[in-house]
Amino acid sequence: MIQRRHALTVRVTHWINAIALILLLMSGLQIFNAHPSLYWGQSSYTGAGPIFELADGFPAWLTIPGSQWLAMGRRWHFFFAWVLVINGLAYLVYSIASRHVARDLVPTGSDWRSIGRSIVDHLHLRHPQGAAAARYNILQKLSYIAVIFVLLPLMALTGWSMSPWLDSAWPGWIDIFGGRQSARTLHFVVAWLLVLFLFVHVFEVIATGVWNNLRSMITGRYRIEHEQP
Amino acid sequence: MSNLDSPRRRFLRQLLVAGGGVLLSACDAASRSPRVTKVLEIGERLSRNVQHAVTPRRSMAQEFTEADLSPRFRSNGTAYPDSVEYRALATNGFVDWRLSVDGLVEHPVQLTLDQLRAMRSRTQITRHDCVEGWSAIGKWTGTPLSEVLALVRPRPDARYVMFYCADPMDDWGAKYYESIDMEDALHPQTILAYALNDAALPIPNGAPLRLRVERQLGYKMAKYLTHIELVDNFARINGGKGGYWEDEGYEWYAGI
Repeated sequence: MIQRRHALTVRVTHWINAIALILLLMSGLQIFNAHPSLYWGQSSYTGAGPIFELADGFPAWLTIPGSQWLAMGRRWHFFFAWVLVINGLAYLVYSIASRHVARDLVPTGSDWRSIGRSIVDHLHLRHPQGAAAARYNILQKLSYIAVIFVLLPLMALTGWSMSPWLDSAWPGWIDIFGGRQSARTLHFVVAWLLVLFLFVHVFEVIATGVWNNLRSMITGRYRIEHEQP
Repeated sequence: MSNLDSPRRRFLRQLLVAGGGVLLSACDAASRSPRVTKVLEIGERLSRNVQHAVTPRRSMAQEFTEADLSPRFRSNGTAYPDSVEYRALATNGFVDWRLSVDGLVEHPVQLTLDQLRAMRSRTQITRHDCVEGWSAIGKWTGTPLSEVLALVRPRPDARYVMFYCADPMDDWGAKYYESIDMEDALHPQTILAYALNDAALPIPNGAPLRLRVERQLGYKMAKYLTHIELVDNFARINGGKGGYWEDEGYEWYAGI
């Protein structure tokens, strides 16, 4: 049985988001390579030294552009940062107005009660079958909520706090992150948390039927296998 | 259990590798295409317009305390301008140094270091953010640029302030230069600094005079100043992008 699973807006914003995130990561690593050290506090030179260092930076195949080219890396990064923000706002407006968030993402009481079993099932790579496969399970809901409402907003905020002009909008606001260099470190850490999410996400997509999942995120149509009696 | 090396999995893996390769070479080719970079530059305009819209006109950069000072203020770029003229000025303690201020002004002047020191001064402890990603905190003392502009009286058609420097940047003798708009030029924290951490500005940090524009990145803050010129546009100056690094592809708007 074929069922409609993802709305058009969700599908379009999903893929724009995927492209923007990958380009942001790779151009971000290019920017990181211009000074491959991380610090905690307001400045880099406090007498304490860096808390993390990568002497040679990230390899060229992980950066955009491939060679050391900070100016061009910044152009890619800030362009796709705008794509991410505008696309993300469009997704949020749609998802709240259409009740996608309330209906599909906010965990229900029975979701919460199933959390223990869901963890065990995920670890055994046992996945929901039949109609249940078309709904998000509790771990899925929690990870999507964490990405949409915590990690991505944190990315934007720590990114903005590195802008000296925005820092002046309300002097001292970046102290919520412990200063500009702490914000830069958090920007880096959260970026890798998003990469971790991406890996788990893609793994689950493959493990639960790659073609069916891909089709449902492209055409919206999802095939439900009948459960064995 | 499924075979780890089934044709489907092999295909997926090859697709991933091929996709990654295509993405990378496409991005590199795109970076060299003027049409693509034109599109990417939309980001700079958006950032500038939105950041100006959400920030009060006279917003002030955060100021710090003595306790936050970096033990040693890092020098970046030129550490000692490689020219006969500069060497002569430096050996003489910059007594022969002059700052010319001209262009679209009613009353062009030439100022000595003592004349600048005799004007009203401002001291500020601010964070210097390099485009590379590091920050350092220093205590700057200097003459507000607005004081110097009041002296020369800009004409109504002056829109940008150009800063020309003593340091040659390449073998052909191209010297560092920068530009800011009148809004930044008249900002209270925009100063021509002659002191760092209560001592005369050291040569690695731009002696005898450097610019501080606290709401922008470090490359805006030209060191080794020799000449200030007010202009209505900078398209005819050097590479036409308003600064040495801007001519090399960096954004003119360095607020991000």
